[in-house]
Amino acid sequence: MALKKKDILGLRDLSVEEIDEILNTAELMKYILMQNNKRTPHLQGKSIVTLFYENSTRTRLSFELASKYMGASAANVSTSSSSVTKGETLLDTGRTIESMGADVIVIRHPMSGAPHLLAKHVDASIINAGDGMNEHPTQALLDMYTIREKLGKIDGIKVAIIGDIMHSRVARSNIWGLKAMGAQIYLAGPQTLMPLEIERTGAVVCSTVEEAIEGVDVVMGLRIQRERQREGLIPSIREYTHLFGIDGRRIELASPNVIIMHPGPVNRGVEMTSEVIDCPASVIEEQVTNGVAVRMALLYLLTRRRVVA
Amino acid sequence: MICIKDISIVDGISKTPYRGYILIDKGRVVEIGRELDIYSENIVIIEGEGLHILPGLVDMHCHLREPGYEYKEDIESGTKSAVAGGFTSISPMANTNPPIDNEGMVNFVKSRARTVGVVKVYPIATITKGLKGKEITEIGELCEAGAVGISDDGMPVVDSNVMKLALQYSKMFNMLVISHSEDLNLVADGVMNEGYMSTVLGLKGINRAVEEIGIARDIILAKNYNTPIHIAHVSTRGGVELIRQAKHERVPITCETAPHYFSATDEWVEGYDTNTKVNPPLRTADDVEAIKEGLKDGTIDVIATDHAPHHMDEKNIEYNLAAFGISGFETAFSLAYTNLVEKGILSLATLVEKMSSNPASILDIEGGKIEEGSTADMTIVDLNREYVVDVENFYSKGKNNPFNGKKLKGKVLYTIVDGKIVYERGEIL
Ligand SMILES: [Zn+2]
Repeated sequence: MALKKKDILGLRDLSVEEIDEILNTAELMKYILMQNNKRTPHLQGKSIVTLFYENSTRTRLSFELASKYMGASAANVSTSSSSVTKGETLLDTGRTIESMGADVIVIRHPMSGAPHLLAKHVDASIINAGDGMNEHPTQALLDMYTIREKLGKIDGIKVAIIGDIMHSRVARSNIWGLKAMGAQIYLAGPQTLMPLEIERTGAVVCSTVEEAIEGVDVVMGLRIQRERQREGLIPSIREYTHLFGIDGRRIELASPNVIIMHPGPVNRGVEMTSEVIDCPASVIEEQVTNGVAVRMALLYLLTRRRVVA
Repeated sequence: MICIKDISIVDGISKTPYRGYILIDKGRVVEIGRELDIYSENIVIIEGEGLHILPGLVDMHCHLREPGYEYKEDIESGTKSAVAGGFTSISPMANTNPPIDNEGMVNFVKSRARTVGVVKVYPIATITKGLKGKEITEIGELCEAGAVGISDDGMPVVDSNVMKLALQYSKMFNMLVISHSEDLNLVADGVMNEGYMSTVLGLKGINRAVEEIGIARDIILAKNYNTPIHIAHVSTRGGVELIRQAKHERVPITCETAPHYFSATDEWVEGYDTNTKVNPPLRTADDVEAIKEGLKDGTIDVIATDHAPHHMDEKNIEYNLAAFGISGFETAFSLAYTNLVEKGILSLATLVEKMSSNPASILDIEGGKIEEGSTADMTIVDLNREYVVDVENFYSKGKNNPFNGKKLKGKVLYTIVDGKIVYERGEIL
């Protein structure tokens, strides 16, 4: 029983023991999830609120189902990104939700550090469901869970992360978590989308996608946003696909037992070809299932902490 | 008459402090001596044993927010904050609303300061009308009205031609041009120093190049048109090196840094404390080192506060949305003493040059030294006093200061303006 934190804000502040405990608990939750009757009383009497300032049907649904499978009351507050600057302040909204009895607030926000601000000012547990370019800890935990499930371990494996590293909270969370668990990380993407001094995290920055993929056990693609072209960060999506798109030919450079991952939703034919997405090595659909299990585990561990306290 | 006796005097002229007494009458220093031999009922005695007296501190870069942003600060609260920090003369920047871009606005600031202010206020006016960066202001009239410098601080003058014209035109009046040097395109929507920490925290970065390109352009203009220029808030190693080189080539350039640039790094942004959000941003340990070297070898002439108070509602929000700026009057001296003098980087006398004599001479205003006949603007400090910063005790309306809770050494005890004690041990008189 290592996890005593009030909040889950990022993988960077989780220890190896805490990550292990979450992944082990998720294993139990996945077992429950695979049953015909998916109901467990783990969260009975608890109230979980998802507060989303960006729309993400899949992450929100994953949290809501995780809450409901375990008997919690779940509610959702969805606001548009523009209300961040125009509407009520984050702290006022957060305090209101807490006053209505929320035990856990799951927040997704377009700005880095927003969950940290909320966590400092409310007693409810905060789960970061993605903040700006900072972290997306539940995504990285489900990725690590999937890797452990498929490859049997994380320690010593090689992972290539391909794409827009700069804007990717998924990449950051995976770098922190996978490094802590002993994996070796190789990054590739346009230089204009590679954040400064990222190599100081211990990840290796490769100059081509081929170099990054060569011999790895896991290939992780990231979603490329079309607005990067408008912002001038890449000259065109077409050239991006040409230089960094993950296709069958490039996957052949990886280890023969490679697994292919993507946090979704995928731009088919842009960052990854359909041939790759739908091949037997792809675990993209299992990632989604595991996402529910990992979120069940986190909700359980955080609310349990509050019972003990 | 006031007599401060048995005190260590740092007079802004000698290299080392000496012990003695200072007699003040009718707003002037009338006598400085070793042993006081006159005693009279009419003399207010300040026991100076164990304390140091300095020429009143001079801040050539601060924001008093009046008119327009009185909810952040006003001339009354801002000048109270200044005396609590040991300042006797300050120069507020012109980016108020409306901006200080005409004679009437200069007069407004001066008359408000005379009515409600407790220190001497020497206004800075804008370089361009409405801070728009297009047309230069009526610099001659601004000068006659009493502005001591011009600056569009808060924004760079992006157009190099406009900057050139401002430099040339102000030279006719010996009007100081203070540049907030930045390449605006390169700032984009950055909120902290670009480097490892911005990568780790997922915040957009403001690269050192933003400042260095700005400084380089300003140096080149000053050099080619042979016009003096003062660079505000230098924060990077590259900036210090450019200015060092320019001084070597006898370009008429001076510059300042602010206490936070030698006291904190971008690692302080960890945890997303919006009180660390300031422009230029807190840089790396290597830049802090370079700022200290620049202060030591004279490349950096001045320590200015860049006092930038904000309302808590503008800080108690997401890091990206929070306002830039640190409320700095009331920690400036202690930060400089703790991080520079205690660490052996500057002598006390050199610190006094950076915080009093140099800014006074660059602005061409009185102050900066204690000698018989000089105006009695002075600051008494206890260099042995350690204390913990508590923003709740600030006189400033702005409680935005990242040093809150930190232990500092060297405390301002008295501030004397025109021979009158205006601040004494925590109280404004
Ligand atoms: Zn400025």
